[in-house]
Amino acid sequence: MSTVVLLLITGLGLGALYFLIASGLSLIYGLMGVLNFAHGSFLTLGAFAGFELARRLDGASWGTFFLTVILGALVGAAVAALTELLLIRRLYNRHIEQVLVTVGLALASVALFEGIWGTDPIYVSAPEWFSQTTEILGARIPNDRFILIAAAVIVLLGIVFFLRYTRFGLVIRAGVENRSMVTALGIDVRKAFTVVFAIGGAAAGLGGVLASHYFGYVSPHLGGSLLIFAFIVTVIGGLGSLAGAAIASVIVAVLQQFANFYLGGTGDLVVVLLLAGVLLVRPSGLLGRKA
Amino acid sequence: MSEPILRVAGLRAQIAGQQVVEDVSLEVPATGVTALLGRNGVGKTSTVKGILGLIERSGEVEFAGDRIDREPTHRIVQRGIGYVPEDREVFASLSVAENLRLAERDRAPRRELVAELFPDIHARSAQQAGTLSGGQQQMVSLARALLNDNRLLLVDEPTKGLAPRIVSEVAVALEKMAEATPILLVEQNLQVVRRLASTVVVLEAGRVVFAGRAADLLDDEEKTMSLLGVHSAEDAA
Repeated sequence: MSTVVLLLITGLGLGALYFLIASGLSLIYGLMGVLNFAHGSFLTLGAFAGFELARRLDGASWGTFFLTVILGALVGAAVAALTELLLIRRLYNRHIEQVLVTVGLALASVALFEGIWGTDPIYVSAPEWFSQTTEILGARIPNDRFILIAAAVIVLLGIVFFLRYTRFGLVIRAGVENRSMVTALGIDVRKAFTVVFAIGGAAAGLGGVLASHYFGYVSPHLGGSLLIFAFIVTVIGGLGSLAGAAIASVIVAVLQQFANFYLGGTGDLVVVLLLAGVLLVRPSGLLGRKA
Repeated sequence: MSEPILRVAGLRAQIAGQQVVEDVSLEVPATGVTALLGRNGVGKTSTVKGILGLIERSGEVEFAGDRIDREPTHRIVQRGIGYVPEDREVFASLSVAENLRLAERDRAPRRELVAELFPDIHARSAQQAGTLSGGQQQMVSLARALLNDNRLLLVDEPTKGLAPRIVSEVAVALEKMAEATPILLVEQNLQVVRRLASTVVVLEAGRVVFAGRAADLLDDEEKTMSLLGVHSAEDAA
């Protein structure tokens, strides 16, 4: 029983991490039709920004931790907004070029990070509570999982609130459905594009800081390795569906954890098989719009 | 006669590399309804979309004396052009109220007028727009254009696929709208055209083949048949 609880909560923590990346990917694809392969770079940069701040301050204090989370989110948002403004804006409706540019940016940014921080993982310090455990139904759960889950829930609620109760949110929801009609109502939908990129980048940057605590280190490849699963989550959940991304994040991560434990480390294989199964049975994903 | 509100000269437009508007030049007077007519596929909708910059186009478009053909769509609309698209294009997942709120550009949107003209949709403001009937969706689409103090309305096939009773309601709404704002109306229903339009422009293969008073076309059975392929008492094809 305790093993099941441990796997379940660890899976939820990993799912929270996937969601922090997948939410941005999903929103960006939903509104702009852009598959952003550079999204992992926003996460990595957020993680490094958090690390740099923590090593200049007292990395073991809660105050520093919260500051690193804020900085990671801000850096992720700023870089994502700049990416949209400088690179993506010229390439809307040019899907091949978008893929080339975002893949190129992802590769170049990894090389840049390696140039600055080296290729080896850098271990991060955190408040002591993170390395302690809490017992639930006999299972000793590492505390950082709770932080991840709480952060993902806050981000999910924040994005839902933003989409539902703000003018920008209304524009984005309408734009996901029919972008040209939004412009035909006299709305500059490009501003919404930048905002969505910034929101996605903020979630990824925040996820970067939290991922560095989940794994215990930060490395130039941190974002890239998580991005693959975030893409799988986005496709399974349904491209453009935030709720779909949230549900798929949990399913994928929990399944991965259980398969790794009970099926001899086959978690990644099981996730890919799940992806194939969903695409065969329901090509638009769990909550995606039918093409 | 006053200056036209909209002047289009040598408009060419294409969709996915295919030329859909060859050479359209037309003027929309500053009052009344101008109907844009023609058989199916002659480029009426594309002309309207070309004016708004919703599709790739070239040529000159002048609105209230200013060139607008180099401006993005949202700027053109912000100048005071309301657009009611073919097939309504309401945002199905949004509520009626959200559809209307999204369309509000003016500081003082004309909500009372909309509520008065379209009491049915006003009563359904919390309902998801995708669950409305075709006629109700058309009312939402018209209401979106009416909320702002526009100087021109581009209305594309507002009666398409609607029941006769709803067609009549839409025609009444358009008649009221036209009292305050000039309209460029794409319409297949010649009874509606006869009721509303003072001038008509007829397209064929992406070019203007007739422009003049509505009565000069619709009272001439032979001309109506040759240009629109129908008797003047019927609907255009």
